[in-house]
Amino acid sequence: MATASLVVGGTQRKAKVRLGPLVERVLAYAVLAGILIWFVANLVANPDRFIGSLLVGLQNGLLYALVALGYTMVYGIVELINFAHGDLFMLTTIIAAGLMVSLLGVGQVTVVTILPLLLALVVCMAAGGFINMSAEFLAYRKLRSAPKLAPLMTAVGLSFIFRGIAQQEYVNGSAQKNWPITWGGPQVEGVFIYKLLMVVAVTVPLLLLMTWIVSRTKMGKAMRAVAQDQDGARLMGINVNGTISFVFGLGGALAGAAGVLYFLCQTQTYYDTGTQLGLIAFTSAVLGGIGNLTGAVVGGVAIGVVQAMNEGGAYGLGSDWSQSVVFAILIILMVFKPEGIFGRPTTEKV
Amino acid sequence: MAAATHAAAPQRDLKRFAWPIGYVAVILFLFFLYFQILPSLVKPVSAPVLAWLPVATINECLMWAIMALGLNVVVGYAGLLDLGYVAFWALGGYTAGWLMAFPFNWSWDFHLLSPVKATTPGTHINFWLVCIAAGILCSILGLFIGAPTLRLRGDYLALVTLGFGEVITQFFRNSGDIAGFNLANGDPGIGPIDPIGTGPLGAAGIAPPLLTNSAAGNVWKILVLGLLVGICIFVSLRIREGRLGRAWLALREDELAASMMGVPLVRVKLLAYAVGAFFGGIGGVANASAITTAVSPSGFDFGKSVLVLLMVVLGGMGNVWGVTIGAFLLSWLNSNGLKQIGVQIDSFAGTDLAASLPRYNYVILGLLLVLMMLFRREGLIPESRTKALMSMPSRTEAESLGADSLEAEAETDAVEHSDAKADAKIAHSADVMAGAASAPSPSPRREDES
Repeated sequence: MATASLVVGGTQRKAKVRLGPLVERVLAYAVLAGILIWFVANLVANPDRFIGSLLVGLQNGLLYALVALGYTMVYGIVELINFAHGDLFMLTTIIAAGLMVSLLGVGQVTVVTILPLLLALVVCMAAGGFINMSAEFLAYRKLRSAPKLAPLMTAVGLSFIFRGIAQQEYVNGSAQKNWPITWGGPQVEGVFIYKLLMVVAVTVPLLLLMTWIVSRTKMGKAMRAVAQDQDGARLMGINVNGTISFVFGLGGALAGAAGVLYFLCQTQTYYDTGTQLGLIAFTSAVLGGIGNLTGAVVGGVAIGVVQAMNEGGAYGLGSDWSQSVVFAILIILMVFKPEGIFGRPTTEKV
Repeated sequence: MAAATHAAAPQRDLKRFAWPIGYVAVILFLFFLYFQILPSLVKPVSAPVLAWLPVATINECLMWAIMALGLNVVVGYAGLLDLGYVAFWALGGYTAGWLMAFPFNWSWDFHLLSPVKATTPGTHINFWLVCIAAGILCSILGLFIGAPTLRLRGDYLALVTLGFGEVITQFFRNSGDIAGFNLANGDPGIGPIDPIGTGPLGAAGIAPPLLTNSAAGNVWKILVLGLLVGICIFVSLRIREGRLGRAWLALREDELAASMMGVPLVRVKLLAYAVGAFFGGIGGVANASAITTAVSPSGFDFGKSVLVLLMVVLGGMGNVWGVTIGAFLLSWLNSNGLKQIGVQIDSFAGTDLAASLPRYNYVILGLLLVLMMLFRREGLIPESRTKALMSMPSRTEAESLGADSLEAEAETDAVEHSDAKADAKIAHSADVMAGAASAPSPSPRREDES
């Protein structure tokens, strides 16, 4: 009698939807095969557009990777999805635009513009890092021991503030703002080679630097320690607050670098860029396995290529649907492999 | 069992009717204020009231209250952070666009209990039926987004819902041409949408037959929207007391512990989404039919999701009254309050804030959310349960005080306290049983109280 009433209460129900590991695996492989077939079909139908899309995908993907790194590092260390990160990135695109076009008068991007570019990179990285660190100091730090929902909502509030600031007429306004920047040089399938080169030349060293910091330096060691156990790290004499601050600063600086590059590639600024790109970047971070740096880069490039293929490939849905495609990837991922490509499945501890 | 409930009935009954009476009184007061009292007053008295609180703003507040109550079920009761609640609002609005508007694509005419003229082309269905249809449609959609997120923890969930909110806007933006089919007219959207009809009241000449966005129509809308909000409050309160509501609360406090105690997570979570989405759908129809009279994708942005979330957080997550008041405060601030405050400051200081202050609404709302989280996380009118939780020191704090004993002491206190309460209850019911020994049902346990 007693056990029967328990069953009604639902104890014997499974707590999670599982179709069975075998079915899940088969479905997952089917999805992967589908994507592969789609790629091949695009290649066969129109090789030129395929190559072009691949290059655009690489270019965007590296930018996504930069933003995704900010998400993944912050998540790795304090388990917070920093919703404001995308909007921080958006603010830095506006700073870059103001600095490069309004102040320095950059119009045509040539070899001479390397100097303004470097200056903009430094300024925007500093600004991004500073804003992110201040946000951590003012808002997140007090909520570190609070329930999960609280810092998450704080992040949403910050993202709202950033968007609100960008919407002011003297900052950027509510409409998309196009900046008079032109690109020259050789093109392959409509892709400016110099654009791609610039993105690669800035992104790859940054990514290498990041890997070096996390894996080789003392600070990196502290970061990993704090990510594992904050109390333990504190007992070992690690400055936990300082380390977390540093991580936020690092993430913000990467977003700043991405902001400069994104602005130069797209030559326009818009207050809603943050939400859209933030979603894409977060999907990249999840795809690679959140908390995993290599994963974020791989995920970013993968999402960039898929998105570019959707927009430019022979069998794509067009740019009208690119958000939906990225979102579909996120959902499929959530269902089949929530831990991502490089992540390890975690079990919840009581 | 029957005897036990009867014995306790007189006390509970009064309490049960307290809030509906108060609520109806407030709504009726608002209605008569704008219908009768204000027009009969002299201008110097009525003008400031109308400037600070126009009828249209009251209607907007009521509409937002529906939305906030719906999100309260998902976020406040079940603790599932939903950042894409605007999706249900949008779908509700578009349901109204499909079922009660002039045609943009379809060639058939269909009328069902609609107040508009029978010769009007297009689909025209009664407002209340559309509310139900939109609610059901949104519930199904809620189940659809709920399903893949069941395996995720809170923070992932927030992101998936955010993405969903973005995608639904994109869907409606592209809906002018979905594989060649015009589903929802794309960027321009659908309009005009039928106003609410008043049926017999309109036929008798008491109310205008159609509640358009005119002065007379707006006054009567207070009653219609007030009724909808009342239903939502009633459902919220009743559901919370029941088995499902308690399961949601358990889920919110600790998912793992709840599942260990036998709460069926899948069903309970999905139901939270479905119920919340139902309210959202009703809110969407109310908005499309009574407030904006048209739907277009540009109205359904991320900002709206955050606005509703802020209402829930500001008012006090999980507390129906807090959430309602939060909705009133914020929607007033958003639609009219900021401007009016600007006007007031201008008249004192001679500045020019009336035009610029509303432009900062995003910044102000975001700041409000952050400050609330930092300094008053439990909201303006916190739920008694949350208040108790917040006043308890967190585990690490207590441990750092070196006070395992402190915790133990609190626990003993709680046990003793609850024991005393339970003892009193048992004694009371024993008395009742003794008084009515011939009670037909031998079991004193009600199923949902076991």
